[in-house]
Amino acid sequence: MDKIIEVQHLTKKFGNFVAVDDISFDVRCGEIFGFLGANGAGKSTAIKMFCGLSRPTSGTGTIAGLDINRQFEKIKQHIGYMSQRFSLYEDLTVRENITLFGGIYGLSRSDIKAKAKVLLEKLEISHKADDLVSSLPLGDKQKLAFSVSIFHHPEIVFLDEPTGGVDPASRRRFWEMIYEAAESGITVFVTTHFMDEAEYCNRICMMVDGRIKALGTPSELKAEYGCDTINDVFCKMAVTATRQ
Amino acid sequence: MACTLGFLLEKEFKQFFRDPFLPKMAIVFPVIIMLVIPFVANLDFKNINISVIDYDNSPLSQRLIGKIDHSSYFILRSMPKDFGDAMTQMDEYGLDVILEIPKDFEKQFQNSQQPTLSIVANAVDASKAASGDGYLKQIVSSTISEYVEEQGYITPAPNIVVRNMYNTTENYRFFMIPALTVMLIIIVCGALPALNIVKEKENGTIEQINATPIGKITFTFSKLIPYWIMGLVILTIALIIAWLLYGLVPMGSLLIVYANAVLFIFTISAFGLIVSNFSSTMQQSMFIMFFFIMIFVLMSGLLTPVESMPEWAQTLTAFIPPRYFIEVMRAVYLKGSSFADTLPAFYRLGGLTVVLALIAIWSYRKRQ
Repeated sequence: MDKIIEVQHLTKKFGNFVAVDDISFDVRCGEIFGFLGANGAGKSTAIKMFCGLSRPTSGTGTIAGLDINRQFEKIKQHIGYMSQRFSLYEDLTVRENITLFGGIYGLSRSDIKAKAKVLLEKLEISHKADDLVSSLPLGDKQKLAFSVSIFHHPEIVFLDEPTGGVDPASRRRFWEMIYEAAESGITVFVTTHFMDEAEYCNRICMMVDGRIKALGTPSELKAEYGCDTINDVFCKMAVTATRQ
Repeated sequence: MACTLGFLLEKEFKQFFRDPFLPKMAIVFPVIIMLVIPFVANLDFKNINISVIDYDNSPLSQRLIGKIDHSSYFILRSMPKDFGDAMTQMDEYGLDVILEIPKDFEKQFQNSQQPTLSIVANAVDASKAASGDGYLKQIVSSTISEYVEEQGYITPAPNIVVRNMYNTTENYRFFMIPALTVMLIIIVCGALPALNIVKEKENGTIEQINATPIGKITFTFSKLIPYWIMGLVILTIALIIAWLLYGLVPMGSLLIVYANAVLFIFTISAFGLIVSNFSSTMQQSMFIMFFFIMIFVLMSGLLTPVESMPEWAQTLTAFIPPRYFIEVMRAVYLKGSSFADTLPAFYRLGGLTVVLALIAIWSYRKRQ
């Protein structure tokens, strides 16, 4: 199986603070890859380096076969990104946001129109298509943000804590969407601190203090640490953290 | 790229017109400034307080005092008996100018001697003193030449004739209005872009944009073009008011005015974007912008002539974009300058336009 992400010794320092400390791993095409860790473990910083939003201090890597140090602008053509903060335009309507980001990725107006119609029906918000995004409930906002991030059908999508603050029913619906995306051939890279969600991933990677402490399928990790749930594995890991 | 720009411009315009406040302000603001400021920002001094000490008491001195009394510039406050008395008045009340007519003032003329008048001006308000002094000299010289002519004397002193060129009525408003449009453009097209990108930073939307393959040039232009259009609309509103209300029309070509505005608006918006790129909060960018607006207003020749600044400051003004816009506006409006006359200003402003646009593009960082 081809590898869509390959990084070696990736490090990001802010002054003396090492946010991401020498991480090396790879992600295979079509995987749902979970990136787990406590707050401040360095998950978002790592994602920002993959998406060309943050310059690595050192280390090398490729995303979709492109060099993250030199071809970071090209990488952006092949990826989708959903940030931790809701980052669609609140003062634009649902349809206008879809059109804008579709347009930025180079889709034609007629393509956008047709795809938007299908998308709105799927999200069951067709009747709210011309409402401002600010008026949507959080669950709908998150689903819309995710849909917009994969609207141009990228090879891989990076989701940074996509289900933060969302109720359990919406979270389940959200994960159905993640599975759908994966089935359509999009590799999913997702950070979370909901350990039940980790069980839905093909493989997971646990970060503690900017380092990768464990990597494998959920069942491998459970076996390795002698735990029944990923939650227990995580708790065992988390106590080793020294960083506040 | 052209396609993406279309989508981005659509977004910028929608956001602007959807704002409950900005579109209204963009219209109301120039209208109010153009209706009010030309009346109040006036350096054309009237009602200058004067006292005259008349040691001569001759027909000539009486005639001179009569002229001063009837002039619309002066209010004859008193006729103190000596200079000490007059100085006390200057110290105590707000006396602006003292005119001292010496003894035998008229007689000296009759003997073809050169009499001396003394003018004492209260220079606490330097510009009022200077204009009072100037007006007084004009009145004195015209009275004397009248008198000399009537009496048939040989002219003892060269006649002072002051002629105002270009702004013949010396209407200060005409001097101010072209410059006021500059103020409007600086505030609207400089301050709004300064807040624009930083607002996206605060809302987090810039992160979503930065994760897309959008080009830096495309993005920067999508931020500049709306202000370009807005600036031209505001300028047009201001010029129409100047014409309808104050009867001020350019002596030269309106085309030069607009060509100049196109460059200037672009430059000042690019400057605003640079501020926005370097700030991380709206507070920061507003604060920086206030500082520069102040520099722009006070150093561009808007209120005080660049020529009267010290050498080093004049050199600095070469990097202040509004300086050229004001120069060209005044030249075209009051002097009727041609395109060729204003070409040097165009070149320099054009140079600044290119430099600032490049910095605006460069300073927009997609990767931290």
